[in-house]
This record gives sequence, C-alpha cells and structure tokens, in this order.
Amino acid sequence: MSKLVLEKLQAKLGDKVLETHSHVGDDTALVAPAVWHEACLFLRDDSALDFDLFVDLCAVDYPQHTDGRFEVVLHLYSTTKRHRIRLKTRVGDEEGEHADLDSVVDVWSGANWFERETFDMMGVIFRGHPDLRRILMYPEFQGHPLRKDYPAQLTQPLVAYRTEEDAGMILDKIAPFGGDEGMAFGRKWFDPPGASPGTGNKGGGAS
Amino acid sequence: MTATTTKVLEGSEQGFATTKLDSLLGWARKYSLFNYPFVTACCGMEFMAVSSPRYDFARFGAEAPRFSPRQSDLLWVVGTISQRQAPILRRIYEQMMEPRWVMAFGTCASCGGFYDNYTTVPGLDKIIPCDVYVPGCPPRPEAVFDGLLLIQDKIASGVRKVSVVKPRQDPATDLVQINTPKKRTKP
Repeated sequence: MSKLVLEKLQAKLGDKVLETHSHVGDDTALVAPAVWHEACLFLRDDSALDFDLFVDLCAVDYPQHTDGRFEVVLHLYSTTKRHRIRLKTRVGDEEGEHADLDSVVDVWSGANWFERETFDMMGVIFRGHPDLRRILMYPEFQGHPLRKDYPAQLTQPLVAYRTEEDAGMILDKIAPFGGDEGMAFGRKWFDPPGASPGTGNKGGGAS
Repeated sequence: MTATTTKVLEGSEQGFATTKLDSLLGWARKYSLFNYPFVTACCGMEFMAVSSPRYDFARFGAEAPRFSPRQSDLLWVVGTISQRQAPILRRIYEQMMEPRWVMAFGTCASCGGFYDNYTTVPGLDKIIPCDVYVPGCPPRPEAVFDGLLLIQDKIASGVRKVSVVKPRQDPATDLVQINTPKKRTKP
C-alpha cells in the first residue's frame, strides 16, 4: 500500500497523530481523542482520501495501559480509491471512568449501532450520539460484560431461577473443564482469596 | 395401570373393551401431540430434518405444529436460551394448557452447552420444568425420536419422572475396527 493516506493525515493533524505503522500493508494511525471527530471528517471529505465506507468500530480493553485503558478501533474503506485505514484512539482511566469520545454518527450514519454496541460491551460513552442505549444486553444489566474486570461467570438473570426444592432435582451445572484449563482471568475458583489475579491455581477442579 | 393400555386394543374385536379413564386419555394423548417449536439456534436445522419427510416425526403422531402456546401440549425448546429470551420462554410455558410436556432439544437447551458466561441460561430447567433431555450438539434425528418415544411413554403411563436420552453408541466400546491392509505379496 502507498503511504499516501498516513502522510496526508499527518500533514493535516501534525503531532496529534501519536503513532503510525503499515505492517503488512495495514495502514494504522493512533490519534489523540481530542481530534477524533476532526480526523474522521478529514478522512471522509478530502478528495484524495475519500473514505466513504464505514466498515467497523469496536473497542479493546487494555487494563495495563496508562495512557487510556480502552482502545477504540475504527476501520474505513474507500470504494473509489480502494484503500483502507485503521484509526485508533485511547480513552478512559484505569478505573474505566472518563471514557468519553466524540460520536462519528454525523460523519457515517452506519456508526450508530456500532457505537451503541461499544457502549454496551465496554462502557465507552460517545458524546453527541443520537440514541446511546444498550443494544445487545437488556436495560436491567449492570456493568459492561466485555471489560476485563467483569467476572467471566457472572450472570444477571431476568427470570429468577427455580430452586432445587422447587425442581426436586439437582440443578447445578458441572463445568466442562477443570480449573487449570481454559481462560484463567475472572474465573471464581481460579484465584484463591488474597492472591493477585491471574496467578492461577493449578490442579483445582470446578468449585 | 401400565398393562391396561394394550387392553384398549385387545378385545376391541369383540365389540367392546374395558379400561381406566386415565389410561384411555393417556393412550389418546400420546398419539396426538401438538407441538410448539421454540427454536432459537442451530439445533433448528436438525429440528427441520426431524420434521421433514426424510425422518418425519409425523409417523409417531407428533405432526401438527401449533404456533400458539394455548393450542399446544408439547414444548420443544430447540437451541440456546439467552438471558434475554428467558422471560419469553417462561411466558410461553405459562400460557400452555395443562397437561403440558417440555422437551430440551440439544445440549444448549439442556445445560447451556459451552456457553458459560453472562449471556446464557445454563439449561432451561433453571426456568421451567423439563420432562426429557436430548443431548447432542446437535442431536441425531434418531436421538430425537428416542426422546419423543420417552415422552409418549410418560404420557401413557402418567409418570412424570425426568429422563435423559441415552447414547445409542458408546464411542469407547463401539468403535469400528479398521482392518489393517494385508501385506502385498510379489507376484
């Protein structure tokens, strides 16, 4: 791929473009959250760039990042120039607070449900979004399930479960794998009380 | 009570037969099941195979689907039940008339399957009573027929004990032995 897109973006935004790379042809730019909306408008309206197709918007949770816990990732494509770009920015502090970002629904209307999904799953708040509600989870749901600090097995049932006395049988589900298998993070039996998260408890079965 | 169901058919060539009312009702209900298919996920494909001519569960008297729970007496829960679906399933079950039976079709409906997180109800028995569990991901049509016949047995006998379809083949014991090819002899 040509570096045209990244060069034009850097010429426009200067040091607000924090980082770029083009690994195996994937042009990627990390911009400051303050210029997120400006960068999107520029990418769409510049005649040499002409990013007219919104592809995807999502967020990744990096609890170890100090310069913004949530990395919001935007993918764009130009149907006339046939080039792509991945635009990123970082928002939110270590507690997941202050994760505010300008909405780009007024730039590409297709971003509407993607921003709602990102809000639902990660808790990133998009300023200026016309209808920022949960889209996948129900309104009664507390928290944001794809954050790394959401307990992996925590369910929030809408219908109260039957008790074992009601049912007259055992209702407990037996885990299909042991405590030392699968994803360690957030499993309730995996970390003994007082241990630091993710250290593991080898050989422990399902609780 | 168990043996009387056949007496309805036996002796009827003499022009009359005696039975108990419960047995007669059970015998009649057993072959006129009205289905409510609650299909939410990929097991629905297998449900279509079971209900279409190649496997054809109409052979067992469970032909007519009724898309109103008020007119049906067998609830097929086919597929994953997400937490958002749970109130709907509960309401549909409550709208069904007595007597009613419930079949958990596939692993997800039976116990949540491999979904062990915030999205999924770990088995429909957390919400509503279930009569027969059919394991499999998805189950073979033969396993579904086993489940249907179990339901019919329960209807005929009047015993509401929870039951699970057993696998017909145990992979550990019923492995097909592949013969090793014979050594070629030079001509």
